[in-house]
Amino acid sequence: MTRLKFLLSAFLSAWLLNACSSSTPEQTKTPPTEIKVVGESVAELTSPPLVPKPVGNREATKLIVNMEIVEKEGTMADGVKYLYWTFNGSVPGSFIRTRIGDEVEFHLKNHPNNKLPHNIDLHAVTGTGGGAASSFVAPGHEVTFSFKVLNPGLFVYHCATAPVAMHIANGMYGLILVEPAGGLPPVDKEYYIMQGDFYTKGKNGDPGLQPFDMQKAVDERPDYVVFNGRVGALTGDNSLKAKVGETVRLFVGNGGPNMVSSFHVIGEIFDHVNVEGGDLVNHNVQTTLIPAGGASIVDFKCEVPGTFVIVDHSITRTFNKGSLGMLTVTGDENKQIYSGKQTEGIYQPEGSTIQNMPGEKAPDAPKAATHEERVAFGKSVFAKTCQACHQENGQGIPNAFPPLAKSDFLNADVNRAIGIVLHGKTGEVVVNGNKFNGVMPAQVLSDEEIANVLTFVYSSWGNKKQEIKPAMVTAQRGH
Amino acid sequence: MKTTILLATGICCSVSCKRVPTQHGTHTPITQLALAPVTDTVKMAEVEGGAYTPFFGKKDTTIVVRGFMMDVVPVTNRRFLEFVKRNPQWRRSNVKHIYAEGNYLVNWTNDTTLSPAMDPEAPVTNISWFAAKAYCDATGKSLPTVDQWEYAAMADAKTKDARYKTSYNKDILSWYEKPNTAGNRVDQTPENVWGIADLHGLVWEWTADFNEVMLSGESRKDVSSDAAKFCGSGSVGATDLMNYAAFMRFAFRGSLKANYCVQNQGFRAVKNL
Repeated sequence: MTRLKFLLSAFLSAWLLNACSSSTPEQTKTPPTEIKVVGESVAELTSPPLVPKPVGNREATKLIVNMEIVEKEGTMADGVKYLYWTFNGSVPGSFIRTRIGDEVEFHLKNHPNNKLPHNIDLHAVTGTGGGAASSFVAPGHEVTFSFKVLNPGLFVYHCATAPVAMHIANGMYGLILVEPAGGLPPVDKEYYIMQGDFYTKGKNGDPGLQPFDMQKAVDERPDYVVFNGRVGALTGDNSLKAKVGETVRLFVGNGGPNMVSSFHVIGEIFDHVNVEGGDLVNHNVQTTLIPAGGASIVDFKCEVPGTFVIVDHSITRTFNKGSLGMLTVTGDENKQIYSGKQTEGIYQPEGSTIQNMPGEKAPDAPKAATHEERVAFGKSVFAKTCQACHQENGQGIPNAFPPLAKSDFLNADVNRAIGIVLHGKTGEVVVNGNKFNGVMPAQVLSDEEIANVLTFVYSSWGNKKQEIKPAMVTAQRGH
Repeated sequence: MKTTILLATGICCSVSCKRVPTQHGTHTPITQLALAPVTDTVKMAEVEGGAYTPFFGKKDTTIVVRGFMMDVVPVTNRRFLEFVKRNPQWRRSNVKHIYAEGNYLVNWTNDTTLSPAMDPEAPVTNISWFAAKAYCDATGKSLPTVDQWEYAAMADAKTKDARYKTSYNKDILSWYEKPNTAGNRVDQTPENVWGIADLHGLVWEWTADFNEVMLSGESRKDVSSDAAKFCGSGSVGATDLMNYAAFMRFAFRGSLKANYCVQNQGFRAVKNL
């Protein structure tokens, strides 16, 4: 209580000081503490990835926010269930949009079926615990508290009930935006993305209802790092949409509890970034760092169509733990800006050459006349296309990419090998007694090139020295 | 104007903080006068006395717990219905809201009928601290203290203090992940070494001094009423940082007021030896 009184007196004296100094001529803007509120309205709240309509143009008002805490089972990934603790039933929780000077009357309801007490700490609140102390609420109860938003920016809110890490790890976070007077510059599309790390008893992909693993959380070893609460929340049909020529603003938060995000959109450069969600605007940014419990506002113009992959550029999280989303931009191509077409799945960690260029014919390779020529041409194809994974001497990489040198799998079936180069390969294979379970994309090569590269491979590193003719490749194309 | 409201809230809060329910209060609430005695035949088990280090509190504090008898299962809907039938002042329509809020027995069909969906052998829930205490008074028993409850509940099937075991903490945590356990029958979880079941895995349970830890408000080293409720500070007072399970139990207790009636909370009684 004494702390509260102290704060109050500090608040009062600051107010009085402000009042005294407000007569000076340079003080033209109303201090946020003195912005008058007009009327009363109920806040529009949206589930991710949607964002409420802009409010910066209206006058400051008394804004009523209704938030219900629900503990409920959801899907973390295909076949993987998780008991989420949520604000308004989604992870992240509902997006709250306010403008500077608003007096927010916050109603926090804890559903009677819930097992645990909860509260909310909004980083946009100036006051003890960010509201946590005033909002501690038992299951089956509702608390109300009020605050005036004094600082513009994008802020994280989260549950702060002990054990805090567990409440956050289970999904209890979201974003609250405080717009400056007059609002943010207008854009065509706005979306809401929030990264979070999850810790499950089983490994990534282990099926069934996975309980929270406190030891992994303490060790900061997440099994999932995802956008919007689960793997695939922003891919396929759920991907974000925009049209060529539109400007897109992303409100990006990081709930943590532990991981820091290197937020990046593949194939886009952020025109503006509100660094850490505050006033500082940076321009022309590739990757912006978003701390746990922090946020960032980024925007960019969509100049060309395609699928733009949204990642945490701490990249194994993207390819092994789930932090992958997509922005699908439709419209006319602009070959001056980008010559090729981009499709889903083109970005592969294997680092090979361009995998797929629908509609474009690969240039004709030189025709080989002899076995020796074929090996020589094939060697250059191998260096461009295959070597990044299968390595210079065909030795592969243990547990990742199978060897081509002295490979029982390769030598057993030539037509199978041709088919794999043509169509790609997914799933488990056993090569020289070792299991591999990865993805090889289909290669866009001419029949001549495939014949050359396979002849090179079959003629090297102790393999069976077979020549592959282009006709054999042609024969496999239809399969 | 704004500040006046804030100040007023502060004063209200500090008043309510001081209202720590106690079994030895200076006045007896009218609703508890003239309780009709109820015979409770539920089995009780003896918990031998001993010393333990509580999860919350000063480091190296050892609490001596004297031996006591404890109900082997929580009070069921059936047993509480008997109590309500004999004590009309504790019927839903008669009870005063300062003793039991609007959720009191909210799922019952009427004052003296359980809803058809309820199992009579499931634990009674949606009961206030006052109601639980009245039941105990009427049966000649009392609510366990936090120390008694925690002391009995730190046992697993084999040991009196299993808190250091991974399996013990894992089992408790797994309950937090199971929705709607309050409708399950009592005595379905494994008995602990004392022969007592359901301390974990069914419902939260009222204790006589449930709000003492959170509201002690002594030095800043102790867990003060504010500190336990938000970011990190709660961990300062914890003797075992890994004991998330107990953390949640204390957080839950701290969120309660004595007239709250929570769907996932029941109670059981003890008798001092």
